[in-house]
Amino acid sequence: MSDKITNILLVGVGGQGILLAAEILSETCMLAGFDVKKSEIHGMSQRGGSVVSHVRYGKEVFSPMVPEGEGDVLFGFELMESVRALPLLKPGGTVIANDLCIAPPSVLIGQEQYPADLAAKIAGRFPDFILVDGQNLAIEAGNARAANTVLLGAVSKRLDIAENFWLEAIERMVPRKALEVNLKAFAIGRSLA
Amino acid sequence: MKEILSGNEAIARGAYEAGVKVACAYPGTPSTEILENTIRYKEIDSSWATNEKVSLEVGIGASFVGARSLVTMKHVGVNVAADPLFTLSYTGVNGGLVLVVADDPELHSSQNEQDSRNYAKFSKVPMLEPSDSQECLAFTKLAFEISERYDTPVMLRTTTRISHSKSVVEFGERVTGLAEPKLVKDPAKFVMLPGNARGRHYIVEERTRTLSKDGCSMPINRMELRGTGIGIITAGISYQHVREVLPEASVLKLGMVHPLPFDLIREFASKVDKLYVVEELDPFIEEQVKALGIEVVGKEILSLCGELTPGRLRKGFGLPELAASAAEKLPGRPPNMCPGCPHRGVFYSLNQLKAYVSGDIGCYTLGFMPPLSAMDTCVCMGASIGMATGAVKVLSPEERKKVVAVIGDSTFLHTGINGLMDMVYNKGAATVIILDNRITAMTGRQDNPASGHTLMNEPSNAIDFPLLCKAIGVKHIRTINPLDLEECKRVISEEMERPETSVIITDKPCVLIKRDGVFTPGAVLAVEEENCTGCRACLKIGCPAIEWIPSSGKKGKARIDPLLCNGCEVCRQLCKFSAIQEAK
Repeated sequence: MSDKITNILLVGVGGQGILLAAEILSETCMLAGFDVKKSEIHGMSQRGGSVVSHVRYGKEVFSPMVPEGEGDVLFGFELMESVRALPLLKPGGTVIANDLCIAPPSVLIGQEQYPADLAAKIAGRFPDFILVDGQNLAIEAGNARAANTVLLGAVSKRLDIAENFWLEAIERMVPRKALEVNLKAFAIGRSLA
Repeated sequence: MKEILSGNEAIARGAYEAGVKVACAYPGTPSTEILENTIRYKEIDSSWATNEKVSLEVGIGASFVGARSLVTMKHVGVNVAADPLFTLSYTGVNGGLVLVVADDPELHSSQNEQDSRNYAKFSKVPMLEPSDSQECLAFTKLAFEISERYDTPVMLRTTTRISHSKSVVEFGERVTGLAEPKLVKDPAKFVMLPGNARGRHYIVEERTRTLSKDGCSMPINRMELRGTGIGIITAGISYQHVREVLPEASVLKLGMVHPLPFDLIREFASKVDKLYVVEELDPFIEEQVKALGIEVVGKEILSLCGELTPGRLRKGFGLPELAASAAEKLPGRPPNMCPGCPHRGVFYSLNQLKAYVSGDIGCYTLGFMPPLSAMDTCVCMGASIGMATGAVKVLSPEERKKVVAVIGDSTFLHTGINGLMDMVYNKGAATVIILDNRITAMTGRQDNPASGHTLMNEPSNAIDFPLLCKAIGVKHIRTINPLDLEECKRVISEEMERPETSVIITDKPCVLIKRDGVFTPGAVLAVEEENCTGCRACLKIGCPAIEWIPSSGKKGKARIDPLLCNGCEVCRQLCKFSAIQEAK
């Protein structure tokens, strides 16, 4: 095993299921035999605030936080939050983002506008960018709520972990009745990247 | 067995393995999940106390009769529990007692950034500080051994990045063979009258000296010698950032941050050319190293404020920044009250009445945010009522009417009740609103003495707030439906006029309560576009389910997200054009 540490950031809005996706990712890394650390902030972020979860894996991980400017993959559940987290990425990093805009309070009440052309902004700075229509692909898989798993599938193709570990982690972490839909959503995501 | 655990989960596991029988806490981010995990072990009696002082007293009681007990709280909780803590240091323990304190550098979810290591020194209690989840488990077990071996409570300090980070942990077994709890009478040790306490103080000072000496050979205080160029003394999460950013540096990793192992520090200092201390918040280790006459660099290069990150450490050591992309100016995304939250109507009414709102700590502190903008103060748990009393003592009769204290059910029972007793006793003419949503919501829905259930999910007494206020001596007590704007505004304004103490209690539950029959959502609402005039009245409550669509119609219209709406009907009462109706 090389000493290389892989740094992944999962960002979005409180309530989007980011913490569960980060759990599945960490579990996968552990099953694949890596040391893994994950860090995030609970508390206030649960009330619809910005959420950033850091997952790092490799031979031996020290800090649980992705060092600024060393992120390998940004896994964005919402567009504006994806752009907010770009400074954490390394030059040439990968962005896999859900094509979804959730208005923050100032936009909801008409005080500010939701910024335009965010996807173009990401593409301009990070050529390795996949914009995923998570909602519709999840509906295709059988349930709109499986959008995170579609994204996870796309991310999985960019990481050096065999597919069987991903599937085992999903089987461990996802409730049985939602398993079939999630496995299908994961396969759809994997076919994108 | 190997699992990925958060620091908090690992502390709970460590407590189980240490043979803990009693675990007690008041919820507080980032410490809350420890007790939510000790309930997985049936051998541990886990409970939420009314406040941190009571939780520590429960732990002391169990310790004195011989049980190992765990008490957990956030950093500011120690301010509340400080009174028993300082004297517990004198009595020592019978069964081991560990107090976990979770600090919050960067104020992710707190009102200040106090550094609890100062409490360890101040109260003369040893403090351990783990650097990852495996150490959280191991140090919790070790803390109980130290507690019993040195006859002292032991503090275990975490920070948010330790409590809420996850890493791989290997489990052990629960210890066996601990003595069964039984009544012990030892007044010279446990009755802290001056005659007894005077003698105990000498024991405490000797204990600290012994621990400092023994700490030099404890494996948790270890030298990692690499080069002789630079040496770094560090502990907790900072250790991980140091290993990340400065992999070649020699490190003295301290697992016990109070008392410090002075001889080991001297030895380490002698082995390196340049010595640094890397620590978050206060120069706690640095000042003590300087007091030994050792030259060391610390806060000259690292901030006293906020948490440490690998990037901030790089900057401190003059290493180049790595960021590839500059930060973008984007609308912020602060947290917000949930759709259907019963607090929203109250804060809208307080805004309309131009009240001076003496605030408190809980979800309702978000009433500060625009567009509700109806909170003027927030200092600490329970402060709202006492502060209102102070304000009305000195204001003119006209301004006095504007003073309204707001406080949640759990916060009222935590320390607000003392403030209300004082207000009644000293004839404070202010209005107090108890926002009773049946749960401790902000920290993630914990039960409390008014919710009717215990942490172990057993049905229990639910405090009757009107009866309680009556017993305290409040003459004017009214219960309102906070989702009825007309009622809210009318009742609050009537009570504000009254030149006496009055209490208003709201009676709708938190929308996040999952227990059957407590919260039931109403019918989902929708904006009928043809009737929406774009007047923006419904936006004044700041509901996350209502979105302004600038492109709709001539000047924009509102839209309700059917997936988010909980059918509370507060927005419907604001629409003069009957454009908000049940969704078809």
